[in-house]
Amino acid sequence: MNAWQTWIALWTLVTKEVRRYMRIWPQTLLPPSITMTMYFIIFGNLIGSRIGPMDDIPYIDYIVPGLIMMAVITNSYSNVASSFFSNKFQRSVEEMMVSPMPNWVILAGFVVGGASRGLAVGLIVTVVSMFFTDLSIHHPWVTIGVVIMTALLFSIGGFINALVAHKFDDISIVPIFVLTPLTYLGGVFYSINMLPNFWQGVSMVNPILYMVNAFRYGILGVSDIPVGGALVAIAVFIVVFFALGLWMLDRGKGIRS
Amino acid sequence: MAEPALSIRGLTKVYGNGFNALKGIDLDVAEGDFFALLGPNGAGKSTTLGIVSSLVQKTAGSVSVFGIDIDRDFAKAKYHLGVVPQEFNFNQFEKVEDIVLTQAGYYGMPMREAKPRAEQLLRDLGLWDKRKGSARMLSGGMKRRLMIARALIHRPRLLILDEPTAGVDIELRRSMWEFMQRINREGTTIILTTHYLEEAESLCRNIAIINHGDIVQNTSVRDLLAQLNTETFLLDLARPVETAPELEGFSVERVDATQLALSVARGQRLNDAFAQFSAQGFEIVSMRNRANRLEEMFVSMVEHANAESGRSTDKVEVRS
Repeated sequence: MNAWQTWIALWTLVTKEVRRYMRIWPQTLLPPSITMTMYFIIFGNLIGSRIGPMDDIPYIDYIVPGLIMMAVITNSYSNVASSFFSNKFQRSVEEMMVSPMPNWVILAGFVVGGASRGLAVGLIVTVVSMFFTDLSIHHPWVTIGVVIMTALLFSIGGFINALVAHKFDDISIVPIFVLTPLTYLGGVFYSINMLPNFWQGVSMVNPILYMVNAFRYGILGVSDIPVGGALVAIAVFIVVFFALGLWMLDRGKGIRS
Repeated sequence: MAEPALSIRGLTKVYGNGFNALKGIDLDVAEGDFFALLGPNGAGKSTTLGIVSSLVQKTAGSVSVFGIDIDRDFAKAKYHLGVVPQEFNFNQFEKVEDIVLTQAGYYGMPMREAKPRAEQLLRDLGLWDKRKGSARMLSGGMKRRLMIARALIHRPRLLILDEPTAGVDIELRRSMWEFMQRINREGTTIILTTHYLEEAESLCRNIAIINHGDIVQNTSVRDLLAQLNTETFLLDLARPVETAPELEGFSVERVDATQLALSVARGQRLNDAFAQFSAQGFEIVSMRNRANRLEEMFVSMVEHANAESGRSTDKVEVRS
């Protein structure tokens, strides 16, 4: 394929993915906004007013970046995991396999499509948060960079999960038993400075802590960890996971007999 | 000399569970041919076509499509290939038109080129009125035609049809045959697998029979039929009979009160049989083949191959 044909193939796949989640928006875009509204009401307004400030920041303001990031992570991951696995399940993945489209285009198409849903949901949650607090972004480029990179990283993760999955249960295990606990323990609702030294050390091996804090730094200007290192770590993870996903695709893992 | 549309050498496939689906087969399909790949269930037809279309990984051997080795440049070879699989393999929730246009996009076709091509194919295959509807609302026959339209969107030179008319009613099957014959006349090479041997006999010029991962026959349909030693005809009688008559030189069985089965060996004349029937007072009102001629040949070949290899004779599935 020449560059123009490759671009058409990539664009086709991305628009197909966007069309898919837009067609079922009551399942894909609406639920996260309702869930996050509940978080804002309960943890932000009702309980948050009794908790007091966190790192000298009103509690509701403190949790907004983490909640946005939580929505981005779960939606990016689950979009690609469910979409690609459905393609495997319905065998429509064969439409792509018989075409001359390179494997990196297949991977990139699903990842960009999934990231776009994560970002769309993140935007919706951001708009919802404005009903509860006034947001001002301290470092716009850091904010945008972190949220895009996080969406891409978890989309790739969802793709790898779908590749190795044999049944629908296999694509719900990681979000339930890995992503959700790591997100809750990743400093969404608290600063790790509140924890004893030992648990602070344990928290430092949680990759989601770096994403939440880097994003919080972009919006509020405060972070528990060095932001530069977080950005580099996310970029390295993206490269490593993309390479792993491509390697698996090239070898037909989960899709070729 | 022109490169064959498909050239297979020593193709071997051993699945992860140790099942040896293909045992080093060789096969050539000439450009412009209408070629049938036949065999009982599990013989290796779909594995062969799966390897050619990249859905199955080969264990050994080589495959070339119009001279392009798939190990060297599969992407280039894929431009020449259109694949219609046995099972429905599209997103049932997508619109008919979107399924075809998306496939065009996967081949890098610009929309200005893909749209008129999709319209032409959907019209030719009687799906134009359904283009805005969800694919799951289509009947089984329409879904098969949708897969044909999708496979042809990028104008492939070689079309692989894996049981394209399975479960399709007779009228629709015949209209699909006409369509396939038309695109074959226009230059598309077609490889067909089917259990309807009447379909292979009337459409295809050349044929290969695969059994237990080996090619047991690879010849023209005409030559294959010439090897047929015995044909069996069903004769409908004007009046019921209690027993089958005895005819000199012929074998006759009573099927039921008004039907007889007459076996005619190569070299024998039907006139001789009819003369004896008349002499014995039997009035025959109609006659037809008990089985399609190719079907008889196919069954005898597969059973012969099984017997030679010492395997139990599987029930060979054919539909007519």
